[in-house]
Amino acid sequence: MNWTWFHRLASPPYIFALARRLTPWFGWTSGLLIAAGLYGGLVLAPPDYQQGDGFRIIYVHAPSAWMSLMVYTTMAVAAAIGLIWRIKVAHAVAASCAPIGASFTFAALATGSLWGAPMWGTWWEWDPRLTSELILLFLYLGYMGLRGSIEDTQRADRASAVLAVVGIVNVPIIHYSVTWWNSLHQAPSVMRLGKPAMPVAMLVPLLIMLLAFTLFFVAVLLVRLRGEILSRERAASWIGEALGS
Amino acid sequence: MTRFFDMGGYALYVWPSYAITLGAVVLNVIWARRSLSRARAAARRRLAGGGSGT
Amino acid sequence: MSNVTAVTGEPAALAGEEGRGPPAPASMLDAARLVLLRDLKLAFRRRGQLVQPLAFFAMVTTLFPLAVSPELSRLREVAPGVLWVAALLASLLALEFLFRDDAHDGTLEQYSLSGQPLTWLMLAKTVTHWLLTGAPLALMAPLAALSLGAPGASVPGIVICVAVGTVALSLIGSIGAALTLGIRRSGVLLALLTLPLSLPVLIFGARATELAIRGSAYGAPLELLAAMAILGITLAPLAAAAGVRISLE
Repeated sequence: MNWTWFHRLASPPYIFALARRLTPWFGWTSGLLIAAGLYGGLVLAPPDYQQGDGFRIIYVHAPSAWMSLMVYTTMAVAAAIGLIWRIKVAHAVAASCAPIGASFTFAALATGSLWGAPMWGTWWEWDPRLTSELILLFLYLGYMGLRGSIEDTQRADRASAVLAVVGIVNVPIIHYSVTWWNSLHQAPSVMRLGKPAMPVAMLVPLLIMLLAFTLFFVAVLLVRLRGEILSRERAASWIGEALGS
Repeated sequence: MTRFFDMGGYALYVWPSYAITLGAVVLNVIWARRSLSRARAAARRRLAGGGSGT
Repeated sequence: MSNVTAVTGEPAALAGEEGRGPPAPASMLDAARLVLLRDLKLAFRRRGQLVQPLAFFAMVTTLFPLAVSPELSRLREVAPGVLWVAALLASLLALEFLFRDDAHDGTLEQYSLSGQPLTWLMLAKTVTHWLLTGAPLALMAPLAALSLGAPGASVPGIVICVAVGTVALSLIGSIGAALTLGIRRSGVLLALLTLPLSLPVLIFGARATELAIRGSAYGAPLELLAAMAILGITLAPLAAAAGVRISLE
């Protein structure tokens, strides 16, 4: 079994150079897809039978919620890898994820609230999905707060990694909360086994937006990752060369 | 056109939602680029300071 | 501290037992028991500190009627929430003492260097925390509930719910306490870390207590609380031990 690809992935200079090369691809592609998704969702998709044009919030709310969960999972997996195999790059990835995830969790809560106000008649409900999404935001903030409070980078990496791994239990709770409990929030119509329950014209822009935001996450992650790697590689010889370009 | 901006009466909820989300997108771009340039500047300072950082 | 050396197995004279020679290294269970007894002994020497979280709980539950409304019918509605928020805050207060002193004087380092699994010792310390906070709170909660308009028949239910829920709270809190060892003025950060994970306990604990006060069956949320406590017992000491090791590096 050829493990060189794995070792290369753990090498900071390799990842730094790779991140630099890949960022424009992910960035521009996600930008185009977001534009396409916006056009499809705001213009092309027909109004909903029950919610009229109000349902169009889904094209920003669902991707934000998807981001909040996906980014946290990435963060926790990277943190676990960093803890178990003591790989600095993995810790750098986890650190890069947190601000991205926190901002989209906030967006998910805010857009969800704006969607719920006209549809459910309330700006907020302490129901399982909303509450556990709020818990997720606190987890992100706690993660970033813990990192900020510990001066030594290595200790900060490892302590926050433990926190990230412990908090992963929240992710399945959020996703399955609408099926396990009676919730105001609707049951999953896309992320579930079997065919999605939406008509195609509505579904396609949504899928485009989900993909677009995922690619956007990778782009932003790669940018942040470079900064994180730089701050961890204090005096490495490759930095001078990398900065020169 | 007005039907587009009116969003079937839901304009008050739809447009702020889009604004918030796209705002998050823009914020992430700015924030990430700023953190990278800060890290670059700090690394340059360390190198100029003479080799092995403290 | 005599019990520390018994845990670590280092040759030394135990207080009051000179002449017995070096003690044999303790078994896992013995070590845990020794840690528990030592912590309890130390805690009782500082009775003032011991009482603080409980006094805090009493104060908070007293403030609510003054701030909300003295009408018992209204208080009965908020009583479960008040009880649980106050219990959570009191538990957080006591968490700071859980590891701090031992980290300062190097005892935690001794524990991690001893042959004993750190996970067990963390569980022992968490049990101490519960005995000093959760258990007394479980006994005080019915009094607070009665003062907030709960019927006398609900007392056993309240005791059980708070007892089980505070076990989960102690376990969850031990993780945050371990991770924030040595961080100055970590009180708010500890709360920020512990809160997200203890919200489910809060929610189901309040629900169970509400049902108990109303006289309905509270078995379902209580079972969930118990499940959380059991999950915590298996996982939290592991995470706390990892956190302690990281903080001591």
